[in-house]
Amino acid sequence: MDIRSQVAMVFHLDKCIGCHTCSIACKNVWTDRKGADYMWWNNVETKPGTGYPTQWENQEEYKGGWMVKDGKLQLRLTSKGKFLQKIFHQPSLPTMDEYYEPWTYRYEDLFNGPEQDDQPTAIPVSKVTGQYIDIEAGPNWDDDLGGSPLYARNDVNLSALSEEQRLQLLSIETLVMFYLPRICNHCANPACVAACPSGAIYKRGEDGIVLINQNVCRGWRYCVSACPYKKVFYNWSTGKSEKCLLCYPRVETGQAPACFHSCVGRIRYMGVLLYDADKIEAAGLKPDAELVTAHRDLLADPNDPAVIESARKNGVTEQVLQSARKSPVYRFVKDWGLALAPHPEYRTFPSLFYVPALGPVTYSMENGVALNPTSTEEIFAPLEQARLPMSYLASLFGAGQEAPVRYAMKKMLAIRTWKRATEVGDVDLKVALAGLREADCDPEQAEAIYRLTSLCSFEDRFVIPASHREQAVEVLTNPLERKGAAGFGFREAPQRGF
Amino acid sequence: MLTNFLFVGFPYVALVLAIVVSILRFTWRPFSYSSLSSQFLETESLFWGSSLWHWGILWVLSGHLFAFFLPEAILAWNARPLRLYLLELTGLSMALLALVGVVALIVRRFTDRRVKVVTSPLDVVLLAVLLYQVASGIDVAIRYRWGSAWFSTNAAPYLWSLLKLAPRPELIAPLPWMVKLHFLSGFLVILLLPFTRLVHFLVVPIFYYWRRPQVVIWNRKGLR
Ligand code: HEM
Ligand code: SF4
Ligand code: SF4
Repeated sequence: MDIRSQVAMVFHLDKCIGCHTCSIACKNVWTDRKGADYMWWNNVETKPGTGYPTQWENQEEYKGGWMVKDGKLQLRLTSKGKFLQKIFHQPSLPTMDEYYEPWTYRYEDLFNGPEQDDQPTAIPVSKVTGQYIDIEAGPNWDDDLGGSPLYARNDVNLSALSEEQRLQLLSIETLVMFYLPRICNHCANPACVAACPSGAIYKRGEDGIVLINQNVCRGWRYCVSACPYKKVFYNWSTGKSEKCLLCYPRVETGQAPACFHSCVGRIRYMGVLLYDADKIEAAGLKPDAELVTAHRDLLADPNDPAVIESARKNGVTEQVLQSARKSPVYRFVKDWGLALAPHPEYRTFPSLFYVPALGPVTYSMENGVALNPTSTEEIFAPLEQARLPMSYLASLFGAGQEAPVRYAMKKMLAIRTWKRATEVGDVDLKVALAGLREADCDPEQAEAIYRLTSLCSFEDRFVIPASHREQAVEVLTNPLERKGAAGFGFREAPQRGF
Repeated sequence: MLTNFLFVGFPYVALVLAIVVSILRFTWRPFSYSSLSSQFLETESLFWGSSLWHWGILWVLSGHLFAFFLPEAILAWNARPLRLYLLELTGLSMALLALVGVVALIVRRFTDRRVKVVTSPLDVVLLAVLLYQVASGIDVAIRYRWGSAWFSTNAAPYLWSLLKLAPRPELIAPLPWMVKLHFLSGFLVILLLPFTRLVHFLVVPIFYYWRRPQVVIWNRKGLR
């Protein structure tokens, strides 16, 4: 047993309103710079849709993540022996066109334009070349375009659906969509780390945050291809790769990252997970059908004395152990089985889990008038009638397996019905209770889930142990050496080349 | 005097600067060490340019190094004409690959609107010098046969004499000017090395072969 701690995350998709506040918070803090202008470490995409960069889930093309070959876990991108062959030109690297060319407008033309008959306009100019560009794509141009031929139809997950189901998702009367906010998953078995030939990417032992040492990165760009979630970005100006750093200066002081803090829908949870690093490889070798279970088995019970002992041996502090016991993430993932990692078949074992979105409350219209629903059946359509095919969610969150997704959805639906019974009273309590039981839940758990989902305060959502000062890096190095370095280690303007 | 300056002074200046500046740059400005890849901005013509250039130049470079370290082996191999032709032909075709590659890289640098943005004056100088280096090498190889022979008898001993700090420029005095210019631009490449993107050659990540897949760093325990 080799227990490590990880700051882990849950995004509750039922609550995401697709407002992109998270993306903007991140952009303003970290990526509003030349070369990073096209990067969205946090982005929100509409599903079904192609996402950002377009079709990032298409690993036939991008070769991200791990695969099992000859009984061994191997990067899909390249084997160790052959990696140098691809160094001069990386065949599966997405280019700027797969993201979008960043642009701004020449606002000064509005003021400086010559006197003329027509109003002056601010033309769009590329942030790369400074020249006029005809904008063809943006980071979230799929926004709300569920059902669209350009985005929804080209969603990679649709291949798991029957032709009929696909048609249903694409026609205006029956289409459906939900939002998928994405950041780096700070995986337990990160493909980006394993692919970096320079060894510049590393996972922090204390909290599992995955970072790129900018002084060691040499721009070999393997990480960009290897990350199946496309959450490593190449800075085209500095010639270095960059990625989400989970706002580690905030996390170290017990604060939630900017995207978490600003989340309007309050969909984001952060807490500690303990996991057994010794089990990672064996878990990665499991067939697709067993991956969700294998991933959950990696996560260790913070109340188990053997786990605590091993964690202490690794230097995990009491404060971290304490907050692991109160972790909202542990409850969603392990205790309740509600949260699922995205695309477990990539075998990176993400530390970010999603509670899948339930369908909206239904009601029918007649002559333009909304009818009052008369039964819970009508308010909460049964799972079988959900507009979003289960196979779609299974492709996204279950490595193709419907069972774990169905389990989570069923439980959430049962809780909805249960709360309807206790709060509004138009459902028979006995029926609601039977529903709970059938969904592997009981009133006590239902209440806890309800509270953490709907009534959660800041302190409930973010249980983040501040890092111990005596463990912090400053104590281990000469403070004068770091003076004036603003915590970033070096104070050099990130400029291209020498 | 001129010979001494060009074939003794200049090589030493280039070599010393290459070593000293590379080390200084690595310790003081590690951030600046990068391949400065521009594939993100343009990938299709880079495929041809970069692949042909690197495969070509790396073989040619290895050939030069081999002849430098083991000149006798080359001479022994060349004892049979057929083997000599084979060696020369291989070298020449690799050099042609590199030539096509570097031309493709130069064209790309000047035509792609995005790549132009990340092209520095030193990038242009470097590509121009490399173009001259490869082109003059091919010219010499065709006109002054057989290079693999006289490299081993004249050039290698001269280069060794530089390394042993007992320079003997007279060894290459009888060689034609075209050949000498090829040497000079070779030293120029060495001089440019620490100041340009060429430093990427110094940090080729061969340690990857021995590394464990995951890298975990603890503040107190360090790398594990
Ligand atoms: C095994 C050794 C080498 C490796 C792994 C390597 C790798 C690379 C990589 C990754 C790039 C960036 C390509 C891109 O834009 O994506 C590059 C560019 C370049 N390399 Fe190398 N290289 C090696 C040796 C050399 C040598 C020996 C030379 C010259 C003597 C050289 C000259 C160049 C030049 C001039 C460029 C810039 C090309 C351009 O964008 O115009 N490389 N190299
Ligand atoms: S999601 Fe993050 S940690 Fe996981 S492989 Fe991608 S960049 Fe690495
Ligand atoms: S801020 Fe929250 S609710 Fe808004 S898009 Fe981001 S994750 Fe969704």
